[in-house]
Amino acid sequence: MIEQFEPTIIGFTCNWCSYRAADLAGTARLKYPPNIRLIRLMCSGRLDPTFVLQAFALGADGVMLTGCHPGECHYIEQNYKALRRYMLLQRLLAQMGIEPERLKLVWASAAEGAKFAEEVTRFVEQIRALGPLNWGDKVQVSSGKSQVTNDNEMQAPSPVTRPLPRRCPHEYQRQS
Amino acid sequence: MSGNGAFQERVGRADKPLDRIGVYVCHCGSNIAGTVDVEAVAKWAAEKLGRRGVIIARDYKFMCSSLGQELIEKDIKELGLTRVVVAACSPHLHERTFRKAAQRAGLNPYLCELVSIREQDSWVHSDKHAATEKAKAIVSGGVERIIHHVPLEPLRVPINPATLIVGGGIAGIQSALEIADSGFPVYLVEREPSIGGHMAQFDKTFPTLDCAACILTPKMVDVGAHPNITMLTYSEVERVDGYVGNFTVTIRKKARSIKTELCTGCGVCQEKCPKKVLDEVFEAGLGYRKAVYTPFAQAVPKYPVIDRVNCTYYQKGTCKACEKFCPTGAIDFKQADEIIQVQVGNIILATGYDLFDPRQIAQLGYGRLANVFTSLEFERLTNAAGPTNGKVVLRDGVTTPQSVGIVHCVGSRDRNYNNYCSVICCMQSLKFAHLVMERTGATVHNFYMDMRTAFKDYDEFYQRVLSEGALFVRGRVAEVTDAARLPGEEGKLIIQVEDTLLGKQRRIPVDMVILSAGLQPRHDAQETAKKFGISCSMNGWFIEKHPKLDPVATMTEGIYIAGCAQGPKDIPSSVSQGAAAAARVVSKIQQHEMALEPIRASINQDQCSGCRICNNLCPFNAIAFHADRVVSEINPALCQGCGTCIAACPAGAITGTGFSNEQILAQLEGLLMLNIDVDGGRAKPREEGVRA
Amino acid sequence: MSTNGNHNKPKFAMYWAASCGGCEIAVLNIHEKILDMDANFDVVFWPVAMDAKYKDVEAMPDESILLTLFNGSIRNDENEHIAKLLRRKSKILVAFGSCACEGCVPALANLSSTREIFDAAYESVSTDNPEHLRPIPAYAMPEGEIRIPEFYPTIRTLDQVVQVDYYMPGCPPESHQIAAVIDLVVQVLQGKAELPPAGSVIGAFGSTVCDECKRTRDVKKIKSFARIQDFRPDPALCLLEQGILCSGPATRSGCGALCPLAGAPCVGCYGPANGALDYGARLLSAIASVIDSNDPEEIDTILDGIPDPAGSFYRFNLAGSVLHANRKAWN
Repeated sequence: MIEQFEPTIIGFTCNWCSYRAADLAGTARLKYPPNIRLIRLMCSGRLDPTFVLQAFALGADGVMLTGCHPGECHYIEQNYKALRRYMLLQRLLAQMGIEPERLKLVWASAAEGAKFAEEVTRFVEQIRALGPLNWGDKVQVSSGKSQVTNDNEMQAPSPVTRPLPRRCPHEYQRQS
Repeated sequence: MSGNGAFQERVGRADKPLDRIGVYVCHCGSNIAGTVDVEAVAKWAAEKLGRRGVIIARDYKFMCSSLGQELIEKDIKELGLTRVVVAACSPHLHERTFRKAAQRAGLNPYLCELVSIREQDSWVHSDKHAATEKAKAIVSGGVERIIHHVPLEPLRVPINPATLIVGGGIAGIQSALEIADSGFPVYLVEREPSIGGHMAQFDKTFPTLDCAACILTPKMVDVGAHPNITMLTYSEVERVDGYVGNFTVTIRKKARSIKTELCTGCGVCQEKCPKKVLDEVFEAGLGYRKAVYTPFAQAVPKYPVIDRVNCTYYQKGTCKACEKFCPTGAIDFKQADEIIQVQVGNIILATGYDLFDPRQIAQLGYGRLANVFTSLEFERLTNAAGPTNGKVVLRDGVTTPQSVGIVHCVGSRDRNYNNYCSVICCMQSLKFAHLVMERTGATVHNFYMDMRTAFKDYDEFYQRVLSEGALFVRGRVAEVTDAARLPGEEGKLIIQVEDTLLGKQRRIPVDMVILSAGLQPRHDAQETAKKFGISCSMNGWFIEKHPKLDPVATMTEGIYIAGCAQGPKDIPSSVSQGAAAAARVVSKIQQHEMALEPIRASINQDQCSGCRICNNLCPFNAIAFHADRVVSEINPALCQGCGTCIAACPAGAITGTGFSNEQILAQLEGLLMLNIDVDGGRAKPREEGVRA
Repeated sequence: MSTNGNHNKPKFAMYWAASCGGCEIAVLNIHEKILDMDANFDVVFWPVAMDAKYKDVEAMPDESILLTLFNGSIRNDENEHIAKLLRRKSKILVAFGSCACEGCVPALANLSSTREIFDAAYESVSTDNPEHLRPIPAYAMPEGEIRIPEFYPTIRTLDQVVQVDYYMPGCPPESHQIAAVIDLVVQVLQGKAELPPAGSVIGAFGSTVCDECKRTRDVKKIKSFARIQDFRPDPALCLLEQGILCSGPATRSGCGALCPLAGAPCVGCYGPANGALDYGARLLSAIASVIDSNDPEEIDTILDGIPDPAGSFYRFNLAGSVLHANRKAWN
């Protein structure tokens, strides 16, 4: 029997609607696959596209963004900003070779526990069908094994690593 | 594991000493432990996250119990914990509990994080192995996150002692009186010309059958006369700015066309007004009012309004009968809407319900068959002050019915309309049955699905109506028709129903049908919710903070809900909620100031370039641009902590407490288990680039 | 500039990996400051300016070069070899210019597979290659095996290969900033100043380009995107507010906002601002946030005005970004 691929999925939820929907799914004992791990934000508007890119780069196979329904945002209209970023991010991901289906946006109100469970179930199946993304592995394999050299000091060229964001020393800031 | 390299890079630079982290895994009885191997999770955390700073990991039956909390407090004191991660239920339930425990032990409460392995793990998964692995990941995420927590102090804001109450029905009236009696000012806003709400339309109230007017009008008069209550009738809230303790509410006072300071409420204008208008609101379309009117005799305030749509003067430019006869010259045809602003600290929404419109269920015949009535119409028929002076008659206004059918659950418990139970209809129908029998001696058939007569004295009333001879047919009414097929049906309304107790179809001819229509959220409830920054449930009712433990608060600090706006309920429940909301508000006012969650954004002034990307993103207008210094700045009292500006700032100049980039990215790494057996806290040289 | 100069002077090296050569020109463009350099340094290795052999560098003692300005990204094994060599031989290694710091325009090749890159280079309409020749890293000749540098699947930044002490962004770094850094180094040598903390960005400031841009700014609401050739932009108003995709808000300050002040949008060559993990995501998030529509269809239409998001948001930063490359670059 072939072992089934179990994708790793990161879900971002807003504190007021979708996290509560997840809570409600729990209270109602609705079942969904254990592949999703949630990160709570105050609002879907907090969602920085960096989080999504980082999730993919560090090994997530799919990312689910959730928020209040349009027009029902706890912060009035911030979920629309999430929508705009999501739409542009989708276009970017396609250019980076990440199937747009790996990033999903779901609106779920605090009352929609059942919807939350259904959407997670469906998304896990969708990602399972797409197969693993293995972004981090690819970075290492690519710059590693395939390259052969006679140079003694570089049998295995280093994997791609991403150093810390860089800062300007204080004295360079705001020079007038 | 992939990506570990990048992770080490990120944590490697943190030149701070290792934190001393305690991890506490809750069994929640069998709620968690039944699915998640909690002992294994705790053991794993101690072993695998040791190099991340976890020095102790325990599991316990009920972490939220006082013994569980003491366990944490003891460890903080004795082991010198600097951070605490509790893996238990949703933070919405017990975050505060554990933060308080941490605080009691001398730790800043924001250095304690609650991660959910119940609602989001044990309760939603059945595979024990997978659930346990997921619990480990969730704990790992919490541990990574807490490393980046910083001590926070709550933001203190003063509470304005005034309260805004929206809706002058019984719930709003109760709230207003409670708060005003406590000595604090109240603004009571009502859309209609008078307070009183739906209750003012009723004749009798179940189960005691006291007269609604007799118990309501004294309260209305109290509201009108109370020195602490400012009534703003015929008014609507336009917008709400600010935050708990300091709301600025903009209210539109619609033009009454009456100078209230001159009007004595004598009623001459109504008498003299030549224009009769069908009263669709208060009389439910059964009676007439004038173009200048008060909705009913005991209206509070006593001042009438001129209905400009129907007034002859406004339509044709002549008449002015009211002005001619007004003894005090109080008529003002030129009056305009007035916009006023009030400052309040708290808001109670008691905006009530709309009646389900039975026209939607065409087969029940309402609007097509004259003698099919809605429950509200019937209330007006039985009301001594109503259009028939309390006589129960057919639509012709004279004939007394010999037989009456009362249809329950109209538009309720029906997946085509509203799935929920409207709560009041069973008791209301029993009241109708009693009143019909008492006043006409007619035969009464009730058509019901289930009789729901919970609460004090309700079932006794059911027994009484049964003993009075009311008939009950269990089954959904298929149709109400005037097409006679059988002898005895001519000139009658025939109710076609499956009697599920007899197991057969029946046709019951009656003279009058009363449809016990369900309750619905106000047609503009969504709009209202948006205005006040709260949310509606799937069915459209305002959502309370907690369905059991916090039924009158909402997720928005300073906004409370009471009465049917929160869900269908009867008068006693509405009054209880009105009083409860008032108690909540009064307790807030008496604290004089309140602590707000210190989850706020701020802008690093050195890094901000004044690009103004963020300026338009804040719906609370918390971001100000200083043109002189060309930087933007956030007002922490206005900031609600959503974090949208943080995510949008292209310069990375905006940071947020509680949900910083570092915290979220660290949690992500933890959830993906990239931190296992990785040294944290002190600088670790990179494998690459190390000089020989 | 001579290798025969004073051997007591600290040694200087500059190297050109995968890059265009503009950085070298920028260094030469510091005018008479170049004399300061010669007075204070002994230039031991600078292939673009003087003859030198790799084996000469290999023969030097480790850490014998005080300062190496390394420009260019890591495209092939030769680049990597020299990066590691210079790392070993240098006390201070500076990632000089956008290519070394974050990949720059060459790193846009990370959007394509090696095959696609070679197809473009060796088979496109402008190429005369009737025999369909392709580079072969190692080839056996009667005289022995000959080699050319092996082409890596993706371009990497210098700090993805070796540890870097300082970063000096820009495409190229502005000459006045280079002069300032040389001044600083000279002062350090004379004991009059201290070096900034290792890992710092030098030759730039801590805010973003808007900080130096003199155009007037208002709140931003974008209904459509346009390019400067499509209309006549207001010369005094913020370009982004006029729908021109300007990278200024997300790009580190230090250049003097040259492009926007000249009427061209900032393209982002000074890289991310302090602390930004992913330059493109920062810019993308900011731009998307100020799109003036809540209707998905309208947003879609507005976004059509950004035909190449990856190219627009990662023009200089792809190798240094979180995702680093298109997935197919590794397949």
